[in-house]
Parts: sequence; structure tokens; C-alpha cells
Amino acid sequence: MASDHVNQTMRTEMSRVKGLGAAKSGTEHFWQHRITAIANIPLAIAFIAIVISLQGKSREAVLHTLSQPLVAILMLLFVCSGLFHMRLGMQVIIEDYVHGEATKIAALIANTFFAILVGVMCVYALLRIGFGAI
Amino acid sequence: MRYLLSWNGYKEEMMTDIKAPAARPMAPRPLSPHLEIYRVTWTMAMSIFHRITGSALYVGTLMIAAWLVAAASGRSSFETAQWAMGSLLGQLVLFGYTWALLHHMLGGVRHLIWDSGTGYERSTRMNLARFTFIGSVSLTIVVWAIALYLR
Ligand code: HEM
Ligand code: HEM
Repeated sequence: MASDHVNQTMRTEMSRVKGLGAAKSGTEHFWQHRITAIANIPLAIAFIAIVISLQGKSREAVLHTLSQPLVAILMLLFVCSGLFHMRLGMQVIIEDYVHGEATKIAALIANTFFAILVGVMCVYALLRIGFGAI
Repeated sequence: MRYLLSWNGYKEEMMTDIKAPAARPMAPRPLSPHLEIYRVTWTMAMSIFHRITGSALYVGTLMIAAWLVAAASGRSSFETAQWAMGSLLGQLVLFGYTWALLHHMLGGVRHLIWDSGTGYERSTRMNLARFTFIGSVSLTIVVWAIALYLR
């Protein structure tokens, strides 16, 4: 019987409709973390290769390489995917270790601000170099 | 029955339990896990390494961002950044960052294999953990060998 079932599970009708647990959200976090993890593999390899190729180069040569469309696009993709992934990963760490509600919310906000700050720094610099404004 | 009828009674019972544990003879009970009594295993070490390298990469992104902004800013700031990264401390940090990235990448592949529902056998877990560490250290050395050769 339906009523018996509800009593046994301790879940409200609303929570059954929403299909969400104590985390108050679905599986998006998990999926976005995996998708960015997969994207990070080729992008990190490209990033390492680019940085290696810049070894021992003059400033002009470094800027020249970074303003190549393929290089700039790969760097921008790595920054976006990497920082998105990083923010989700740190959110899990915060939720694991920070238990006070206020400090947890503060830490989660700081996490978001940090990711956006670093992201804007990288994207601004890469675009400025890429569009030859330097 | 009293527990079912009165929540307060239940709570008081628990409180007295906490205040006077000696009141009742207790069998020796297992303590909560303590880090120092655990034998370090490869799989456990690689689990914590994944979190530590993820956190190190987190902080390190600030360094990459600072370097890019310096490159985009002008000659003197670029040279300051190059000097900082070329210093002994800078080189050590960069070496550590390379290892953290490669280790976290291989550890991430390991996690993705598990996410696909495979790789849970005892020997596979062990091999994956060893591969993560040995692979990341070897790759880091290869990457730095190439970088130093090109310099
Ligand atoms: C290079 C390719 C990368 C791959 C394949 C990868 C993969 C993964 C995976 C699968 C997880 C989830 C682990 C779990 O289930 O506990 C994870 C966690 C994490 N990643 Fe990455 N990642 C990569 C790059 C990065 C980068 C560049 C950063 C930071 C800038 C980063 C930061 C983190 C953090 C902070 C966590 C959370 C660690 C934890 O919960 O223990 N990752 N990564
Ligand atoms: C018998 C003792 C332990 C038990 C029962 C245990 C249990 C767990 C469980 C259930 C998870 C979640 C796994 C998942 O996300 O899929 C986990 C994750 C984790 N544990 Fe432990 N753990 C133990 C010891 C340790 C020790 C000694 C350390 C560190 C020194 C550690 C560090 C971590 C870290 C960093 C994670 C998150 C990263 C990951 O998922 O790979 N654990 N542990």
C-alpha cells in the first residue's frame, strides 16, 4: 500500500517527486566533474607540451607562441575546463571537512570567487596576448 | 517500551550513559580508527595523494595566472616572473607542480576506470595504484629532462 510505503521510507512525498537527497541537488555535480576530468586529460597534456616548448625562449618568442590560434585556444580550454573541475573538486573537499553551516557557506563562496578570479586573470591575459595587444 | 513512549526519557538515559560510563560494566569496544595504527597501503596512499595533488593544483593555478598576467603586462613584469620561476625555489615549485598535475591526471584516469564499473579486483586495484605513482614520477622526470634539454 502506498501509505505504508511512505511511512517506511521516511521520505516525504515532495522529496520523492524531486528525486533529490540530502545534498539538495541531483547528479549534475558528479557528471560535470567527470566530464571536465575527461576533457582535462588531453588539455593538460597539451598544456605541458606548450609550456615545455616555451623553455629558454625570449619574451617575444613566448608571446608569439601564445598568440598562435591553436595554442591560445588550447590554453583557454584548459583554463576553463581545469578551473571548473577544480571548483567542483574543492567543493567536495569543503563539504567533507567544514561542518559549521556559516563557515561552510563562507568557504564555498570563497571557492567560487577564487575560481572566477583566477579564470578572469588567465582569460584576460591570454586574450590580450592572443589579440596582439601586447 | 519507555524509550518508545518518551523521547526525553530516552535522551536522559543517553546523557547518564555519557556522564557515567563506568556505571555499567562494558566489554572492550573497538575505538574509532586512528591514523597511526593503520598500515599504509598503496591504495590508501594513492587516495590521499589524489586529494592532496588536487589541492596543490588548486593553489598552483594562481601561479599560472600570475605568470600569464605578467607576460601580458610588459617587459619588466615578465622578466620579474621569469626570474622568480628560474630561482631555485621557483624551479622546485614548478617541479612539484608538474608532478602534482601528472599524478592527479593518472589518478583521475584510475578514478574514471572505476567509474566505468571495472578495475575493482584486488590485484587490479594494487596495480593501478602502483602505476599511478611510478608512472607520475617517471613522466615528471621525462618532462623535465626534455625541458632542461631545450633550455
Ligand atoms: C589533468 C587531468 C585531470 C583529471 C583526469 C582529473 C580527474 C579527477 C577526478 C576523477 C576526480 C574525482 C576523484 C574522486 O572521485 O574522489 C578529481 C578530483 C579533483 N580534482 Fe582533478 N583531474 C584533473 C585535473 C585537475 C586540475 C588541473 C585541478 C586543479 C587545478 C584538479 C583539481 C581537483 C580537485 C581539487 C579534486 C577534488 C579532490 C578530492 O575530492 O579528493 N584536477 N580529479
Ligand atoms: C579504515 C579506515 C578508512 C575508511 C573506512 C575510509 C573510508 C573512506 C570512504 C568510504 C571514502 C569515500 C570513497 C569515495 O569517495 O568513493 C573515503 C575517501 C577518502 N579517504 Fe578514506 N577511509 C579510511 C582511511 C583513510 C586514511 C587513513 C586516509 C588518509 C590518510 C583517508 C583519506 C581519504 C581521502 C583523501 C578520501 C577522498 C578521496 C578519494 O575518494 O579518493 N582515508 N575513505
